[in-house]
Amino acid sequence: MPYTLTVNGSERSLESRDPDQPLLYVLRNALGFTGPKFGCGLGQCGACTVIADGSPIRSCQLPISAAQGMKITTIEGLGTIEKPHPVQAAFIEEAAAQCGYCTNGMVMTSAALLAQNPKPSVEEVKQALAGNLCRCGTHDRVLRAVMRASGRQKT
Amino acid sequence: MAPYIGTATSRIDGIAKVTGAAKYAAEFNVPGLLHGSVVTSTIAKGRITRLDTSAAMRVKGVIDVLTHENRPPMADNDQAYKDDVAPPGSPFRPLYDDKIKFNLQPIALVVAETSEVARFAASLVTVEYEEVAHVTDIFAARDAAVPIKPPASPVGFTPPKARGQPNRALARAAVRHEGEYYVPIEHHNPMELYGATVIHESDGKLTVYDKTQGVQNVQRYLCGVFGMKPEGVRVLSPFVGGAFGSGLRPQFEAVLAVLAARALERSVRVVLTRPQMYALGYRPAMVQRIALGADADGTLDAIAHDAVTATSQFEEYFRQETGWSGLLYKCANAKYEHKLARLDLPTSCDMRAPSAPTALFALESAMDELAVALELDPLELRLRCYSERDQNHDRPFSSKALRECYRQGAEAFGWNKRNGAPRSMRDGSELVGWGMATGIWEALQMPITVRIALTANGSAEVACATSDIGTGTYTIMAQVAADMLGLPLENISIKLGDSTLPNSPVEGGSWIAASVSNGIATTVAAVRNELLELAKKVPNSPLANAAPDEVKLADGMIVDERDGSRSVSIADAMRHGGVERIEQEETTNPTADDSRARNTHSAVFAEVKIDEEIGVIRVTRVVSAIAGGRVLNTKTASSQILGSVVWGIGMALHEETLIDHKLGRVMNANIAEYHVPVNADVHDIKVIFVHEHDDSNPLGVKGLGEIGIIGVAPAIANAVYHATGKRVRDLPITLDKLHP
Ligand code: FES
Ligand code: FES
Repeated sequence: MPYTLTVNGSERSLESRDPDQPLLYVLRNALGFTGPKFGCGLGQCGACTVIADGSPIRSCQLPISAAQGMKITTIEGLGTIEKPHPVQAAFIEEAAAQCGYCTNGMVMTSAALLAQNPKPSVEEVKQALAGNLCRCGTHDRVLRAVMRASGRQKT
Repeated sequence: MAPYIGTATSRIDGIAKVTGAAKYAAEFNVPGLLHGSVVTSTIAKGRITRLDTSAAMRVKGVIDVLTHENRPPMADNDQAYKDDVAPPGSPFRPLYDDKIKFNLQPIALVVAETSEVARFAASLVTVEYEEVAHVTDIFAARDAAVPIKPPASPVGFTPPKARGQPNRALARAAVRHEGEYYVPIEHHNPMELYGATVIHESDGKLTVYDKTQGVQNVQRYLCGVFGMKPEGVRVLSPFVGGAFGSGLRPQFEAVLAVLAARALERSVRVVLTRPQMYALGYRPAMVQRIALGADADGTLDAIAHDAVTATSQFEEYFRQETGWSGLLYKCANAKYEHKLARLDLPTSCDMRAPSAPTALFALESAMDELAVALELDPLELRLRCYSERDQNHDRPFSSKALRECYRQGAEAFGWNKRNGAPRSMRDGSELVGWGMATGIWEALQMPITVRIALTANGSAEVACATSDIGTGTYTIMAQVAADMLGLPLENISIKLGDSTLPNSPVEGGSWIAASVSNGIATTVAAVRNELLELAKKVPNSPLANAAPDEVKLADGMIVDERDGSRSVSIADAMRHGGVERIEQEETTNPTADDSRARNTHSAVFAEVKIDEEIGVIRVTRVVSAIAGGRVLNTKTASSQILGSVVWGIGMALHEETLIDHKLGRVMNANIAEYHVPVNADVHDIKVIFVHEHDDSNPLGVKGLGEIGIIGVAPAIANAVYHATGKRVRDLPITLDKLHP
């Protein structure tokens, strides 16, 4: 079956045999967007998060058939090396990426949050990131980074 | 130019990580790449009697199914499978024969055009077994445990000998405490799944992108297993999504991917599933008994530390589990006993600060119990037992600022406001508990080789086959090189994670920071010497009479240290000599000096708040004061400690690999049921680096990747006791354990 996906503002056509094929696999293998990470494939970790129609979505749980017609942003489309998104810049400044493997999910979830709620409270940020796992233990620095990106410093 | 060493420099690889540009092992795509899916055993012990792959082979898109019956040749001797850090024994050989040694053991690899097809077809492989009785419970294997036979491995430890007359001292002690403590199996669970992409190059050579903490270890191992020439295999690992010790030894994803690439002469990727990650190594379960004897005035007189740790049936993994006790505190009499319980599981392995967090959970809980028995403040007890010497080997420490850790940590925490009585502190409906513990780890340095190439335009490439597993190696290498070469940070490029680069040990044991930074210093000295030779030849050179150790490199110049006005610019020296590029490669061997003990120390203070009715525990505050020598980068160093404290919280309250001993199978083999700390569990953590000067190596670096976890779990357990009056001696402290 042919599918057309809108990823980072451009239309991408591809073939898939399975309408249930998770978007994550399509992004990483067929389309070469390896920014979204494969941490479990089971919806348990958040490493695969993309922004779909403004909301953070676990791409390992989103079938390609459902992803059609959605506006999908991956971390590659959020900011660039020359001009990083404020959340990306704040993550560097606050040392919120250690090994960097959960970072995609943390950044994308936070960026989606700030787009909807530009001045969140610490509790709201914690709530938004409640399901994103990080094994390097960056939790406190992720929180600081999101507050920094929102223009508020965490006290 | 202000120095970079010691500053809060942001990671130079940060931008790649936050934009998705950083590529991990399973992210290198080549045309025609095949995907392998691993089939694993469903029994713990026995042999395969029938393996039917026909249904899988019939699936469209499946290229082959490899098993022990049809695989290409592999080495048939243990030596070939021994990697740089293998423990004694007979290493596991993936897809080697019909024998099953543990549940989830890889038994077949389905190779297909897509990962989805491979995984579907893998579900169609049917297997019949002949089962043999297994044992996976350390308590069931405890009585049959055998004494360790040191050394543990090429990087192993020899347990210290007993000293004094521990039995007599225990018998005559005015106050005694004895207890049994248990830490379960824990798994590393890095966020990145183990994966390898093997590219079959047109000349038949293999380029292997693997998730590992040691590219050269994997390369040597693959050469051994497959009888390949070193020039035929290149292993790379530019970014690693966490490893924490699980990537020190080569893992089977690399073997399987290479096996398939060789069999099919195609490029192949193998990625484990999250459940399959539980077929890798783990922190060994540990049952330990500690006996402490003290004089009535609160000085320690006897320590006896016995431990049983888990290993597999085929290898003997252990570290210095018991020896920490007699090293940490002043105590005239000490004895140790360490046995191994053989289980039908994969071999246990190093996991963040192997042996110390588990051993010190017991020791530091026992010290807290002793303080209660002595009616002493737990911090006061530690100060009375403060050790100025390593009594295990009767030698001084190269440096030890632990007293300062206690002082600064206690002050930042507000320890003097503690009411010592259990259940005496409250916050509304919550019980409040304050606990503390000490940490100790080793400060090691390993031989390493560093190559530096400097060009006349003032940029330098620094290369070494080490890894950056998220620790910040890229960044500290650049900082050290920039300072020593006298160049701006942006002019330094770092190459690592490639087996073709100059030799490095695996990245573990917290030894890379000390090894590679001092390695850079050695190579910079060689570069400086070459530059000085060139500078002397410049007409009327102000450095004509300078000796190599009288000059340094600063701000793009070769400068006389005695008289800063005498200098030659690097660019002039090189251009005048007609040299565009200077390249030096040097090996640094740490001086073998056993006359002093080298350790890092910490003092950890923790606050818990516990809902009295339900028993929910929150770790609301942690202060970790670290004495770890020179800190190269306060940002990456704090990250290491903060992350380690989070690990300690997990160890104390959440982490436990649960095994159904009847099936010999992990029950919670996923990260929803294997609990690791999440945002809701992490609150206020403060890290303090106390000043500590150490002259064991020129830079005074000790390494910080592991010290941060040690002492955290017992500090929390002691806080839980203080809050509730209930002593929990087996981890994790789940709420059911707080109820009578
Ligand atoms: S990979 Fe999607 S939630 Fe883990
Ligand atoms: S930075 Fe490594 S898992 Fe979060």
